[in-house]
Amino acid sequence: MKTVLKIEGLDCANCAAKIEDGVKKIPGVESAKLSFMTQKLTIEAPEDKMDAIIEEATRIAKKIEGDVTVCKLK
Amino acid sequence: MDNFEKRMVIGGIIFAIGMVCHYALEVDDYIQLAIFAAGYLVVGYDVLIKTAKNLSHGQVFDEHFLMTVATVGAFVIGEYPEGMAVMLFFQVGEWFEKTAVRRTRGSISELVDLQPEYANVLRDGEIEKVDPDEVEVGDTIVVMPGEKIPLDGRITSGSTSLDTKSLTGESVPRDVSVGDEVISGTVNISSKIEVEVTKDYDDSTVTKVLELIEDSATNKAPTERFITKFARYYTPAVVLAAVIVAVVPILLGYDAETWVYRALTFLVVSCPCALVISVPLGYFCGIGAASKEGILIKGGNYLEALASAETVVMDKTGTLTEGRFEVSHMHAIGCTEEELLKHAAIAETFSNHPVAISIKDAHEGDVDASEVSESDELPGKGVRVVHRGREIHAGNIRLMQDLGYEYCDEPVAGTSVHVAVDGEYKGHITCSDVVKADTKEVIARMKAEGIKKTVMLSGDAKIVAEDVAGTLGIDEVHAELLPADKTEHLKQIMAENSGKTVYVGDGINDAPSLALADVGIAMGAMGSDAAIEAADLVIMDDDIGKIPDAIALSHKVNRIVMENIVFALAIKFLLLGLATFGIANMWVAVFGDVGVSVIAILNAMRCMKMARQKSPKSSDKPASAE
Repeated sequence: MKTVLKIEGLDCANCAAKIEDGVKKIPGVESAKLSFMTQKLTIEAPEDKMDAIIEEATRIAKKIEGDVTVCKLK
Repeated sequence: MDNFEKRMVIGGIIFAIGMVCHYALEVDDYIQLAIFAAGYLVVGYDVLIKTAKNLSHGQVFDEHFLMTVATVGAFVIGEYPEGMAVMLFFQVGEWFEKTAVRRTRGSISELVDLQPEYANVLRDGEIEKVDPDEVEVGDTIVVMPGEKIPLDGRITSGSTSLDTKSLTGESVPRDVSVGDEVISGTVNISSKIEVEVTKDYDDSTVTKVLELIEDSATNKAPTERFITKFARYYTPAVVLAAVIVAVVPILLGYDAETWVYRALTFLVVSCPCALVISVPLGYFCGIGAASKEGILIKGGNYLEALASAETVVMDKTGTLTEGRFEVSHMHAIGCTEEELLKHAAIAETFSNHPVAISIKDAHEGDVDASEVSESDELPGKGVRVVHRGREIHAGNIRLMQDLGYEYCDEPVAGTSVHVAVDGEYKGHITCSDVVKADTKEVIARMKAEGIKKTVMLSGDAKIVAEDVAGTLGIDEVHAELLPADKTEHLKQIMAENSGKTVYVGDGINDAPSLALADVGIAMGAMGSDAAIEAADLVIMDDDIGKIPDAIALSHKVNRIVMENIVFALAIKFLLLGLATFGIANMWVAVFGDVGVSVIAILNAMRCMKMARQKSPKSSDKPASAE
């Protein structure tokens, strides 16, 4: 399944690339794309693992760029 | 002024005082340290906090860490003004970057100002204002003049003009009345209409278009992927170089302070952000500019591919021609062309075939249908009528053959209708598909934008296809193709030609070709989900002139992105080189680095304007202040 997270407050393009790399390495993630301009992180992963992945992705985003808020779009 | 800006202003004042103390008054070293350190903390305390936090997370080599090392290092070796200046300019540069990005994000969403905020639903005779989300298929909504149509539907009452500019870029309003489809995102200009909703909000055109624009940023161009990959190696490499610059000379017995200073200068230019930011910013601005013109691009990758396109393959019907017939040639035998046309028009009185309609359109004057006493349709051949006692046959060659009449069989580019009156052959009328206005000029503009070869694919007869291609100046024609053949031909064309191949179609029955081509462009896609889905680049109306516009934009965006990459890298390497030999100090480095960021971002924002070649037709419109 596909989930889109909005990462608000993403100001550094290099950090966006790092977050994307980090999310790609989470076990179970099939693909992850983060658009710096639209601040949207699209994750594809099996449904049963999605909640754990979202949690981990949020942690990664906050670790790399401190002042972001992450919310689920769909 | 927000908190951050206040801090920068206060920091700037402290910095100025410090500089006066340092150079003019030459006050005691400890007082200088106190002043600069205080200013440093005002300006950069958040950077220090972030560094500490990131270190505790095991994040090294991020920009905050590098700046902290560079500035604290400068204080340690006694270069207080540098230490504070680097932090101040770094912060100002960052602020500028953030502001530019946020403003761009904002102005792009303004560009695609499509989102309807509410819908007026008619329930039990009363108008209720609700969220477009809550409206269901089958509901009736009321759209007043000046309001945006919130959902796709069909007019059930009233007629009006619609402004489709925000969706198609086309400024001429579209007239609609009862029974016509209306598309969400367009604006009702003149009078109240009632619309029966045919698609719910999630499936409406406006939602699809907005999603497409938002998602486009995730399809990254190869250049963007390259630069983020490059950045991953660049920073550690520069830091490593800084360590070497600091350690090796000291081990060899050179002056420690000089070389540590040079190493710190390295750290100042080690942040790759300017480089990384200007590339997606450029593509995003370009995609935003295009969407304002009714050209939806599904990603930076397609914009980049379009810039290296050398071959454009076009489907004839619906792309180059309008799919509407017009009388193009008449050959009258033993009568005038007017008489021939009149006989044909009488014969076709009750026919609705597109060719029949074009003949009736071409005939001036009305035919009195009551004078037609007999009328037969001869399937696959034509028609037979009796008008004022005279028998008229009109149809194709097979009809003439069946009747045993003599006929003229000269080859023509189009569909011919042969006419015989009371057994006497009167000649034939040729109707052909109308070529869209300006198409010839559009083909020429494609060539001017670097397209080497134009190819037309058509299911029509060879003579028809070649005639159209000849008129338009198209290089290569493949005619008499079945839909499946088109994909095969496209594959072959792609194999034979260098550069990227663009395929242009109507998006309805050529989805495989759209998917196969490097860049698939669907024309006239407004309201067609299938076309929006299948193509890489979607042109909302059927203005073929937008193809060279899009190619021109792709060149512009790619040029700007390349300029930024080359410029930023050149300056960074130049600064590194100069710093190694002690020619560039920390001042030069921080100015250089922040300066490059600012210039690269401003340059990238130029992509927001469409690189539109003015066609002679549009130049007579009053110039609008963009």
